[in-house]
Amino acid sequence: MEGYLWLILIVTLVAVLAGGSLLLLKPGRKAKPPVAPPEERPIPGAERPAARGAGEEGDGAATATLPRPIAPAEARPEIEIPPPSAGRMVRLRARLARSQSALGRGLLDLLSRDALDDEVWDEIEDLLITADVGVTPTQAMVEELRTRVKVLGTRTPEQVRSLLREQLLVLIGADMDRTLHVQPHGERPAVVLVVGVNGTGKTTTTGKLARVLVGDGRKVVLGAADTFRAAAADQLQTWGDRVGAEVVRGPEGGDPASIAFDAVSKGIAGKADTVIIDTAGRLHTKTGLMDELGKVKRVVEKKATVDEVLLVLDATTGQNGLTQARVFAEVVDVTGIALTKMDGTAKGGIVIAVQRELGVPVKLVGLGEGPDDLAPFDPEVFVDAILGD
Amino acid sequence: MFETLSDRLTSVFSSLRSKGRLSEADIDATCREIRIALLEADVALPVVKEFVAQVKERARGAEVSQALNPAQQVVQIVNDELIAILGGETRRLRYAKTPPSVFMLAGLQGSGKTTLAGKLARWLREQGHTPLLVACDLQRPNAVQQLSVLAERAGVGIYAPEPGNGTGDPVAVARQSIDHARRQQHDIVIIDTAGRLGIDVEMMRQAADIRDAVDPDEILFVVDAMIGQDAVTTAQAFLDGVGFDGVVLTKLDGDARGGAALSVRHITGRPIVFASTGEKLDDFDAFHPDRMASRILDMGDVLTLIEQAQRTFDEQEAAKMAGKLASGEGFTLDDFLEQMMMVRKMGPISNLLGMLPGMGQMRDQLNQVDDRDLDRVAAIIRSMTPGERQNPKIINGSRRARIANGSGVSVTEVNSLVTRFFDAQKMMKQMAGGMGIPGMPGFRRKQQKTAKKAKGKRVSGDPRKAAAGRPALDPAPAPQAPSPGMGGLGAIPGQLPPGLKLPPGFDPAKLNLPKKK
Repeated sequence: MEGYLWLILIVTLVAVLAGGSLLLLKPGRKAKPPVAPPEERPIPGAERPAARGAGEEGDGAATATLPRPIAPAEARPEIEIPPPSAGRMVRLRARLARSQSALGRGLLDLLSRDALDDEVWDEIEDLLITADVGVTPTQAMVEELRTRVKVLGTRTPEQVRSLLREQLLVLIGADMDRTLHVQPHGERPAVVLVVGVNGTGKTTTTGKLARVLVGDGRKVVLGAADTFRAAAADQLQTWGDRVGAEVVRGPEGGDPASIAFDAVSKGIAGKADTVIIDTAGRLHTKTGLMDELGKVKRVVEKKATVDEVLLVLDATTGQNGLTQARVFAEVVDVTGIALTKMDGTAKGGIVIAVQRELGVPVKLVGLGEGPDDLAPFDPEVFVDAILGD
Repeated sequence: MFETLSDRLTSVFSSLRSKGRLSEADIDATCREIRIALLEADVALPVVKEFVAQVKERARGAEVSQALNPAQQVVQIVNDELIAILGGETRRLRYAKTPPSVFMLAGLQGSGKTTLAGKLARWLREQGHTPLLVACDLQRPNAVQQLSVLAERAGVGIYAPEPGNGTGDPVAVARQSIDHARRQQHDIVIIDTAGRLGIDVEMMRQAADIRDAVDPDEILFVVDAMIGQDAVTTAQAFLDGVGFDGVVLTKLDGDARGGAALSVRHITGRPIVFASTGEKLDDFDAFHPDRMASRILDMGDVLTLIEQAQRTFDEQEAAKMAGKLASGEGFTLDDFLEQMMMVRKMGPISNLLGMLPGMGQMRDQLNQVDDRDLDRVAAIIRSMTPGERQNPKIINGSRRARIANGSGVSVTEVNSLVTRFFDAQKMMKQMAGGMGIPGMPGFRRKQQKTAKKAKGKRVSGDPRKAAAGRPALDPAPAPQAPSPGMGGLGAIPGQLPPGLKLPPGFDPAKLNLPKKK
């Protein structure tokens, strides 16, 4: 530990010297800085198996201790025709209610009480906080509710219900544009980039989204730009094979930007309607990886416009979700959020804070492990599910 | 952005400094702040309530009301309590008397079970064991393949008789794997299960069946450090459904505050055994309660900073840099460029600054310090000739214009960089004289500094702030009130551009703390 004081001094020094220049700059003429080459992920090349086809992969993985080799994944030749997206949310409502009803019911119960004293308001606040809404938005909402209730005077259960419905809709932002921009522009396909931190369900969401789009009668090309996680491309391949979507993949450890570029090129050549690019999970604190993501987007933009950047957020995520969204929005300009794992007990309240702060709407919700459990987000249905009929 | 708990408490207590005694209302105000701080760190509400009540109890006691500095005392109590809960019991993995020992991993989808299985296998192999990975995640497409690739990278065996993708019986696989391990002389079996939700009855029963089939010595619950309020429900559901003996916290390399650690520990009473801090197989570590406590309280984390530095540079580089810094006179723009690149390698500058104790409260400014500024400054320096870098004094008007053209900035920016560099150089010289880097704060300069302090622009050496940082850094008996020696760093404020002030609590005296460890 000795002698590490210098480190602290250096960090401070660098901040002071470099940070100062920012403060002297006039905002209008901020020159675009040179972009540092993205940091390559350290990958020991020798240890890498050649992961190309699913069959090959199976053989490669069969180590000495394998009693029988893994059967290749392509044992599923039939192509399923998934149901279209319309009305999915309504169908999946029951599942949503499972996670949400406690919140809505609790709020309704509390608000219907005869005397609304501080204790009741505290309980309401607690309910919202336990839903991961965050301290500041919660306080704002409780304040608003308080005023409204005071204005309302006497309350019937119906009145309380409609008041709460209204408030929740305001909170969720009913008037935001939630359409997924997946329409092709003339010759060129629409490009959707799927981003997020590790383990939120990016690949699964990509697969499900492809199904939704195929179900709506579109031609979809998938780009497996997650070259880092072991077997991520295979996972996407499996999804693609199920619905007959072409999957463009590269060698493991390859450059994700080039795979994304290839996928878009294939999409253009094959006259696809939509190209969905699945990227590797990355924590927003890793500068090198975030630069890499920026590069993926820039490279794709050489070929086509990126119409939709979907940030996949896990409903269990707490207050860190806001930081994540902020950083991703800075790097790739997130246009929508896919909220996954809403079928559990998590309430996903963090999206309220994200919407408030960044104005990025939730466009999709993932409601289970089934292949068709992804639905376009409909705030009204969502709120009704929360409150329970 | 959020303020740190210690800042909040400082503001609460500043109003009652004159009173000298804490009233009930003061304690309530304090507890409200603690509550908000914990909630923003994603500690679950029931846990927060209980915890705050506990702190309140202690805060009423004599130790606070008699303390010279109540805020400091309260922060200390909070920190102590956190460490007590988080690290009440440290324990190692339990191995079976007759091999194979069976470890089973369980958790939500995407919490990092499969990756952790690989890390754990590698870690155990390095301890001289021969682990066997068992692929019981037959749900997620290609999870089995992911595990086989990980097994290969970790250099351990794998048992994966089923291809997965929704077919096969994980219970049977688990059962057979034990025999297989015995035959193949593996002394540890690590069972990777599918991610499941706490409310999914069927899947929970499956997990319980796997457990009954293999009778694991340890069931590890894998939980994401980013999880929010749902941590409690999930942990409870897993405890009821399969039961677990230890917790592994993953994705700690992000900047989530990780309140979940406290929630899970508090609700289930199970200890946190490991922390997983990265994507590579060797990013795996034992859990440090004291660091977690200061992380939850957002009190700066010098130890992590140092570790990050150790990971990035080798001894020699470090020693060279330290020497350069200490020499003062010989500090050139080249050295600065080198240092800046080093810092850049360690991660986003605002993150690094955030790890310094007492920096939390200048978050707004920190957010403005961008890595792009570093790049821009680097571009300016790189546009200089070697001669200019060695001796910036020769930079005259025409050279400035050339440098500005070369780096695509305005002459003013070049100017300001050069001026600031001279100031920094001066500061280094003073530091080298007054302090000597590995040495102690220079008391020589103390008197001058106190005079400056009296101007009231900045209150330095604030003992509360210092105290807030200290418990995290130095769990050993804390030194008495930090010396107000400002060292050479005190020279900075005068030359700082407006808006970027060092925080009042930024006292170089504190920076010596890690060395005392």
